[in-house]
Order: sequence, then C-alpha cells, then structure tokens
Amino acid sequence: MAKELVKGNVAIVKGALLAGCELYFGYPITPASEIAEYASLLFPKLGRTFIQAESEVAAINMVYGASGAGVRCMTASSGPGLSLKQEGISYCAGAELPCLIADIMRGGPGLGNIGPEQSDYDQMVHGGGHGNYKLIVLAPNSGQEMCDFTIKGFELADKWRTPVILLADGYTGQMMEQVDFPSEPVRGQRKDWAVYADQESRENLVTSIYLSHSDLEKHNQRLQEKYARLEKVETLFDEYQVTDADLVLVAYGISSRICRTAVEISRKKNMKVGLLRPQTLFPFPSKRIVELADRGVKCFLSVECSNGQMVKDIRLALNGKTPVEFYGRMGGEVPSAEEIVDHIGSLLGARR
Amino acid sequence: MNAKYDVFLEKPKSFYANYPRKTGNIEITHYCPGCGHGIIHKYIAEALDKLEVQDKTILVSPVGCSVFAYYYFDTGNIQAAHGRAPAVATGVKRSHPDSIVISYQGDGDLAAIGTAEIIHAANRGENISVFFVNNAIYGMTGGQMAPTTLEGQKTTTSPYGRNPGNEGFPIRVAELLATLKAPVYIERVSLHDTANRSKARKAIFKALKNQKENRGFSFVEILSQCPTGWKVDAPTSYTWIKENMVPYFEPGVKLDRSEEAPPITFPERKWDTASIIQNLGLVNLDIKARADRSAILEHHRNPRIKIAGFGGQGVLTLGILISGCGMMEDYNVAWLPSYGPEMRGGTAHCHVTVSDSQIGSPLVTQSTVCIAMNKPSQVKFEQELVPGGLLIRNSSMIDIPSSRNDIDILSVPASEIATGLGSLKVANMVVLGAYLERTGLIAFDTLDIVLKSMLKKASLLELNSRAIAAGREIARNQA
Repeated sequence: MAKELVKGNVAIVKGALLAGCELYFGYPITPASEIAEYASLLFPKLGRTFIQAESEVAAINMVYGASGAGVRCMTASSGPGLSLKQEGISYCAGAELPCLIADIMRGGPGLGNIGPEQSDYDQMVHGGGHGNYKLIVLAPNSGQEMCDFTIKGFELADKWRTPVILLADGYTGQMMEQVDFPSEPVRGQRKDWAVYADQESRENLVTSIYLSHSDLEKHNQRLQEKYARLEKVETLFDEYQVTDADLVLVAYGISSRICRTAVEISRKKNMKVGLLRPQTLFPFPSKRIVELADRGVKCFLSVECSNGQMVKDIRLALNGKTPVEFYGRMGGEVPSAEEIVDHIGSLLGARR
Repeated sequence: MNAKYDVFLEKPKSFYANYPRKTGNIEITHYCPGCGHGIIHKYIAEALDKLEVQDKTILVSPVGCSVFAYYYFDTGNIQAAHGRAPAVATGVKRSHPDSIVISYQGDGDLAAIGTAEIIHAANRGENISVFFVNNAIYGMTGGQMAPTTLEGQKTTTSPYGRNPGNEGFPIRVAELLATLKAPVYIERVSLHDTANRSKARKAIFKALKNQKENRGFSFVEILSQCPTGWKVDAPTSYTWIKENMVPYFEPGVKLDRSEEAPPITFPERKWDTASIIQNLGLVNLDIKARADRSAILEHHRNPRIKIAGFGGQGVLTLGILISGCGMMEDYNVAWLPSYGPEMRGGTAHCHVTVSDSQIGSPLVTQSTVCIAMNKPSQVKFEQELVPGGLLIRNSSMIDIPSSRNDIDILSVPASEIATGLGSLKVANMVVLGAYLERTGLIAFDTLDIVLKSMLKKASLLELNSRAIAAGREIARNQA
C-alpha cells in the first residue's frame, strides 16, 4: 500500500493502470480532463496506449474495438460527452463488451456548466442509448473509491461481459483525498469470445446484429437474465446510523458526503436520522431499502444534485409502502448539510 | 476417379467453404447479382492467402450491404456501428499491433456519417488497410443519395437528381485524404473492365502488404457497381461506371510513400510490478516526527479551512500542502478547489478539512479558519467563520479591518515579506508558517519532508523555508 494525496480523477487513472488497463481513449472536457491528462502522462510510461480521439463518438468506438480485441480499456468524459457516447455504449452492451466508462458529471441540460450535478443518473442507470440494456453503475464518493471502484469496475466488466459506468460528480473528481493504492497490480485474463488476431480466436465474431427476430429476442432475453443474475449478487451499499433511524437519507457521490455530515448534525439535535448510500446504482439496493422500511423507518429522503432521478428507484422499490421525499439542488449548487438538516427537521416535525 | 490435375484457380482459403452464419441458402452470398462486393471480397481473400496472414486478420464489418462480410471471411471479425469502423479498427490495431486490420466501408458509411473517423484514422497514420467501396448510392437502405452520388443522379432521396445548390457536390475522398501527411498509400481503382479489375486486385494486395510490413495507413477507393440501386442490368452497370463515375472520380495512385515510409513500431507493454509501482510514483514518504495532538488547543483541532485569493497567489497549493502534511500525520484530509473559468484569472479558493475522524462533507460552509490573501476574499469569506474562528489576513493586500469582532485575527504582511525575500510567489508559505505556528496542527519536520518531495531545486526549497520561518515569527510576535 502506498498512500498519496490525489484528485479523484487521478485516482481513476492510477487505479486503471493497477487493474491492467492497456488502452485509454478520451476527449477533453471539464471536469473530467485530468483523467485524459494523467492517462496521457502515465500510460506511455508503461508502454500502454493513450489516444486523444477526434470525438467522444470515436473514443467509445475505439473502446469497442479494443474490448472486442480482448484487452482491458477505458474512456472517460462528462455529461455532454456521455450523451455523444450513447450510441457506442449501446453497441458495447449489445455485443457484450467489457469496458470502463467514467462519467464525471457536470451541470446540464445542454452546455449547462461545469458544476457538480448528478443529473446523468437517468441516462446512465436507466439507459440513454437505444435498446433493452442495462449497465453496471458504480457510484464512488471518495478518492479511495475512485481508485477501488475503477479496479472493481474492470473485474465486474470482465465477469459479466458488460460495460461498467463509474458515475461520479465534478466534486468527487476534483477533490483531493488520501488514497491507499494497492501494491499488487493485476491484469485481465484472455477471453474465449474475443478476437486476438490468432488462430485460436479466428472463429470469433463480435457483433450486435441479429437479423432474425427470434434470434434477437433470444439475445435480449439472455441479456435480461444476466441482469437479473447480477442484480442478486453484485449490489453494494454503505450505511451510517440506520439501526434506529426514523428517517433514512438516501444519497450517492458528493451528496452522500454532505448527508453524512447532515446525519451527524441531526443526531446532535436528537433526530434519529441515518444514511443509506448506494455504491451500485444498477444494481440498486432496493431489497435493503425494503428491509429498512420493514424495520420501522418512517420516511426516506433522497438527496440529489438533480431534479430527482434516483428518488424514482427508491419509490419503485417501496411501491407506496413508505413515504419517499426528495430534496435536491441543481445547476452546480450543492445542498449544505445545514439546509438538509432543516429539511429533515420539517419532515420529522410534520410527521410527529 | 484418381485424375491428376493442377489447381490454377480456387476459392481462397481465407473464405469459408460455405456460409453457415447466413440464414437461408448457405452456398450463395447475400449480395445481389452483379454486385461489386463479391469481386472485392475475393481480391481481399486472395491477398490474405498470399500474404499468409489469415490467422492474424481481423475484419471490421461496417453498416451497409457489407455488414455481413463476416459470413464469408474466415478471419476474426468485429462488426462496427455506421461510420465508426476506422475508430473500431484503431482500437483493435492498438490492442494487437501484429494483427492485420481491415476497415471495409461503403460511401455513406465512410464519406458521410463517418467522415471524422476516416480523416483522423488517416491523419494518425493508423497501420490499417481501408477499402472504400464507392457506388454512388446507399445500397442497403434502398438507394438513397450518398455523398458520392453524382450531380443530377436520381436516387430515392434526390428524386429530381442531385442538386449541388442544395446538397453539395460529390466528395472525392481519395484526393481529400491525399492532402494529409501521414497516409502512405492512396489509390482509386475501378471494377468496370478487366484491365481496371487487375489494377484493383494489385492495389488491394499492396494495401495489405503495406500493413504487414508496418508501413502505415493505406487506402483504396474502389468504384463499384450497384445494378440494383442504379436500376440497370449488370453489363449496363459497367458502362455506367465508365461513363459517369470514372470522369469525375478519376482512377489512379493519389499518393504512394510506401517504399520510403519508415516501419511503424509499437511500444512493449510493461507488466512487471516494479515498473508499475515506480512509474505510478507509489512510494511512501518516511515521516518520523508528528505534532503532539494533545498540545493542540481545542478550537484549533479538526479545522475546516477556507483559503481564498487571486489566481496566482498559490491559494490552491497552500491548501494542498496543509492537506498533504495532514495526511502524512495520519489525519483524515479533504481538499476541494474552485475549478473552472475563475481559475483562468480572477479569484480562486479551496476548501480544506483536516480531521481526527472520517470526513463527511468536504465543503467548508461554516469555517473555523479563513485565510484571505486579498481584500475581496476577506470581505466574502470572513462571514462564514464560526464565532471564535481564526482569520489570517494578508495585510499587505487588505487595507480594511475585519468586520467581525467575535473571531481571532492574525494579520500577516505576507506579500511584503515574500517580496523582501525575493519572490512574491512565496507569500502563501509565509501564511502557512504563521498558521502552523499559531495552531501546532502539523510538525514543521513533516512540512519539511513534504516540501522536499515536491521541490527538487535546492534554491527554491531554501526560499520556501525562509518564507515559512518568517511567517512563524510573525505569529509568535502576535501571540
């Protein structure tokens, strides 16, 4: 283990190299540019490939090619860039190509601004491209998790043959914290389905086209079964003070950091508040949310830097069983812990 | 029958014997009668055989009639999105530099929706072979206008004939790409008669040979017939190419640097742990001394610090140093900058949290310490200080007193001191010395070690140390 004070964006690059990522294809965009910059600095030092692509579209298609060729590869961008990449992501999902895609979210819609919104939840978790697919979506909230989830992302991508999204926000990308980097680098294994330009893999075909309707339906059904299987075993979440909580905050990324402070302040004011932090957004910790409701949580409050995108998944999980409230800020504004506590106070007061 | 015979012409081995990936009749192709794709496929397969690269070949099948090229080629295959084949081919080639990668594309694919991808793959000099099938029409989707559709040519989306005033002129891609510096070989060929087919066969072979020899980007544009799309019979389609396409899309070598091009080399990947650890800089600093935490006064513990000033005053660096030293002394730390346009001139600020326990919000909204390097920063951020908080003000740049009477104030003429030491740039270090002297948060030995790891030049290190010492003195005198 070596500890280092690094930006979340830099932790992604180092994590990727420790995870055996061989190729990086990217395009500059604030607040994700450090990822491309550090990749351009570090990948060549290890004889690995960095290409600044001509567009976000080209970058994701280079990833498609490299992943089809059986090696670990990645790209990173922010909201507008991810919108452009959606076509390629759909192709990767269709052809079941493992890869890591980091989205350091910024404010939208349109050009918006470079502030830390969390408004890409819908386009990343519920699919922004065409077709019946889902992506594994990891939601780090610290420098350490930017590294750890990058490494984990490559493992999950290979294990499930799927693109994995690292969904972070501008603050989590720009923030510097201590990161303990693992001292044992790993590397991806050879895949039996990929094309390696050798005799053994000559028969392999990487494609997402299934001309016959019944073949394509079967392919889709298989994908849905895969998503159902991984939903059972790959859900990750973190909890803080939920055991006796009347109200549970649900938040990820930068919002979850602020919510942790909000829980501390609330507890000092004798309000029984806890925090559930999904670390995977798909699969979503729906089961855990229901368990908490069954254990007596009276209200859930989703705190997001968005217009309320994750809150829909919480409501879907609870299906009307328990009230689910929403508190959000947009445009790059983030809620302060104090304003969240005020909101909690009014909710608990109203329920008393 | 045991008849002895010599084979002069046979189906290339790089083709499958028949086509089980195809639905329906697996003995025949899906192409229309008279189509040019079959001929081009054959030339490619022959070349792969001759160059003995079948196992090493990965064909990128595009969107268009040749989307099903993988029915026929007994090679590795990747099917790409419309227009993106050169980007996909780039990803494949860079993954396996020894492979033979073919981007096989039509005119809508390559010259319309994929214009950026082909230009930039060519401009990077990707060591791939691109075969561009120009038949002046979108074949698969049913005969719409292509970027190469000729002036006046009627298609299903140019029913009155292509009108340059509305849709521009047909694009000559080979000539366009030949203006670039990186490609090594660009030729346009045609399939309309035997002599031209012979040239096409040679050009395709050459493009693949170049790749095998690592010479770089090769591109062959092939004028090819689409009897179905043009609504003519096969013989007429050859005449159509000759009379309509050849005069505008002139066949010939547009560029050939194959011989003088130096072979492209690819770096060896490094996988050994030592190289990785070293190149990622994953080395721990040896920190021995630590501040005595029990000696730190209660109100100086677990600081939430806001640091602000003009861009260039070292505001962000100051925050990073406090965080970095804090981390070395096993505090939990978080540093969050203001990022974006304001950093390109104007004011900058950062949030720094140093804590004994896990840090929730890294945003400092109710600060315990405010470091103001200029007047606007004091005016704006002293309001966030909690009662009893510490304001450190760069009094050289702030000519008004603090508006707060419930806080601790440390005035440091940092800019003047720094200028006196020889560089205004170390004003932040003067402030840092004053802050650490006042609070005892971090041992100065730790700061020394961290600074030494960041500054390689002895003179710079010395200047910074003097600035820190000067700041300490100011703080001691104002105790």
